[in-house]
Amino acid sequence: MPEANLKVFRGEKDTGTFENYRVPIEEGMVVLDAIHYVQQNIDPSLSVRWNCKAAKCGSCSAEVNGKPQLLCKSRMDKFEPGEEITVQPIKTFPHIKDLVTDVSWNYEVNKKIVPFTPKPDANWVIYQEDIERVQEFRKCIECFLCQDVCHVLRDHNRKDGFYGPRFMVRLAGLQMHPVDGANRLKMVKEDAGIGFCNITKCCTEVCPEDIHITDNAIIPLKERVVDEFYDPIAKFFKSVFKVT
Amino acid sequence: MTNYETHEHDVLVVGAGGAGLRAAIEASAQGMNVGLVSKSLLGKAHTVMAEGGVAAALGNVDPEDNWEVHFQDTMNGGKMMNNWRMAQLHAQEAPDRVRELQEWGAVFDRTKKGDILQRAFGGHKYKRLCHVGDRTGLEMIRTLQDQGVHRGFAVYMECAITKLIKDGDKVSGAFGYYREDGRYVLFKAKAIVLATGGVGKAFTVTSNSWEYTADGQGLAYDAGAELIDMEFVQFHPTGMVWPPGVRGILVTEGVRGEGGILTNSEGKRFMRDYLPEGTKDLFSADDEESKRWVEAAIAGLKTADRRPPELSTRDNVARAIYNEVKQGRGSPHGGVFLDISYQDPARVRKKLPSMYHQFKDLADVDITAGPMEVGPTMHYIMGGIRVDADTQMTQVPGLFAAGECSGGMHGANRLGGNSLSDLIVFGRLAGLGAAEYVKKLSVSPACANDQIEAAIQEMEEPFKKAENADAKNPYEVHKHLNQIMSTYVGIYRNEDDLKVGIQKLQELKKEVSKVATKGSKAYNPGWHMCRDLKNMMIASEAIALSALSRKESRGAHSREDFEKTDAELGKFNTAISKDGDSMKLEKTALPEMPADLKKLFVKKETANA
Repeated sequence: MPEANLKVFRGEKDTGTFENYRVPIEEGMVVLDAIHYVQQNIDPSLSVRWNCKAAKCGSCSAEVNGKPQLLCKSRMDKFEPGEEITVQPIKTFPHIKDLVTDVSWNYEVNKKIVPFTPKPDANWVIYQEDIERVQEFRKCIECFLCQDVCHVLRDHNRKDGFYGPRFMVRLAGLQMHPVDGANRLKMVKEDAGIGFCNITKCCTEVCPEDIHITDNAIIPLKERVVDEFYDPIAKFFKSVFKVT
Repeated sequence: MTNYETHEHDVLVVGAGGAGLRAAIEASAQGMNVGLVSKSLLGKAHTVMAEGGVAAALGNVDPEDNWEVHFQDTMNGGKMMNNWRMAQLHAQEAPDRVRELQEWGAVFDRTKKGDILQRAFGGHKYKRLCHVGDRTGLEMIRTLQDQGVHRGFAVYMECAITKLIKDGDKVSGAFGYYREDGRYVLFKAKAIVLATGGVGKAFTVTSNSWEYTADGQGLAYDAGAELIDMEFVQFHPTGMVWPPGVRGILVTEGVRGEGGILTNSEGKRFMRDYLPEGTKDLFSADDEESKRWVEAAIAGLKTADRRPPELSTRDNVARAIYNEVKQGRGSPHGGVFLDISYQDPARVRKKLPSMYHQFKDLADVDITAGPMEVGPTMHYIMGGIRVDADTQMTQVPGLFAAGECSGGMHGANRLGGNSLSDLIVFGRLAGLGAAEYVKKLSVSPACANDQIEAAIQEMEEPFKKAENADAKNPYEVHKHLNQIMSTYVGIYRNEDDLKVGIQKLQELKKEVSKVATKGSKAYNPGWHMCRDLKNMMIASEAIALSALSRKESRGAHSREDFEKTDAELGKFNTAISKDGDSMKLEKTALPEMPADLKKLFVKKETANA
């Protein structure tokens, strides 16, 4: 049976080293299977966060040969025979142990977002064409890979000023819901810090759900913010007619 | 003495899937101070994997539908073993719960008129499953999660409960640990709702996630509650069979709901041969009629044509596939073929996007161009913790259960789509029941130190045993358990196999007592598995003993040595409880349905579609 050459980061709170493991390869195997092999046969204390192993829960995010991805969707047969497969935790969040990181910041951000608020006279007759774009955003499985690759969060650690692509998607899903009546544009501009995004589309590239994060969520939100806060003509009318 | 952290709540909910979140929301709405404990991160629970839809008789597509028909379908699907009152409440309340999800932001697919779209599913007379493509569970859990975080209850993520604490006969708390660093935690609570899901990880081939290790069943059993109907284990007919790494992953019944066709290696569409007598007139007479039904469904038109035979109930389709494979008519990798590729590729990708990606990414199969290979996979347990139908309280005062870990609602076989509705209907009722219980409680129950100390000692044991010469690797023991359950307590059962299986489980208990782990307590999956095994062992033994005791075939319980359904045996539930160090099995009378509801079943009592 062919064997894979796995190199896995082991350690707690950022201190650790890469350990090598030889893992037999089965047809159709994914990197998560290889990690489980190590857990079951070599070291049961190897930590990895996972739930469904079917790309539906978004738990097993990690970086394989430097590329952020879900371990359960990362096929072993895409590597060359004998190629070293390096598996390490996602970089943007504090390290806990081995492949597990502390992603709780994301849950704190989510709490700050004004939830779905139906208009007072909400009409629940909603046509499919009016929710197509919202449904795209609701495919998000919260794997936080987009947060992991976002420069603002990864390289500049501006978690104090930017909510990250995941929450731009959430905000867009709420703002574009035909029945929602809350206005979150001030939040999008200020607390969520949409201005930090310079549209490099790294988030879109890693999204396992193929959500067009930049084109369909972030750019339209930026446009709405511009319309709301920077449109000189609208500003003039608002000042004259006291429209809010 | 070992340190532990302490929190106090009126109501503690254990499990943060659909049922747990809904229970926490309701208990909070009743003014309770609520804590929600989740073994994983929030929003990752097994609910997220549900695909096809949530069943509710809204009548948006088929206006003839109403709660009575849903109730009839559910009872018939469950071979009349269901707790009638639960089935009634479920059918009556599901529509309100689905509309409530919409009002909380769930974005269901729509009909042309702008209502919530509903699709056909096995055993449902009318198109009844509200859905979002094939990711309905994700929509539901995210909606509940995003509502929940604004309801003011405390959420304890990646925290595992290992012991329920009691004060006399009443539940008074729960003990556990945080996975992150292994620190211990005590939750003092006046009421506890268990919403921990199923038992799939006791089997080799399963659609269930990491979390399904019978936690609630094990904790409740140890605390003195009864487990009923544990012999009824649902094997979903369509799981992936190839490649090996994905064996068991669910292929939604939605594929068949959208017109998917099952064929064997000879190209024969075999399901018509397996329709039970007395149900054949509910299904199309030939492939032409099936085709017309599918075309009408796609066009959103009403039709007098009857549905395709692939939409028989899950127990029946699973047995059919098993038999086809056994008789040498299987696909190359030991399944059968499921084909939707005759439809417009764009429509398939729109209605079944997860299936499209799942097969393309994991199996190199394009489902818009050719058939899938599918076979049965352990999916769900109908049995579970016995609860009062209206309040969801177990026989232990203050202990409640909802969702898959509870028993009674689904009888001998669950209909697809009835699980997601179960979660929100009974999650809410459990939250309400727990709140009512707490309001009436005059004295707060206490958590005695000796119970806490015993709980700590239990968790310390695997580390103490690490240096023992006979120390066992918990993963090896787990694999052994999987083999026993899959070999002797599988889709078809007989007395000899079950007796061997039970004997082997007894022997395995010795291995379980020797499991050990090394390393630190921080996020240590081996340590976690040592505790999970105990719960899985309780559920496995309960399943095997119950299966041996039911000398008939009914719903998902298929006995090779008792092929017929026995009307007399249908009057009793199998009840398992703890009796010292051994497991006690009793036959208890099924609650009798009142006369006005019985009238709904006069014509065909045993009909199962």
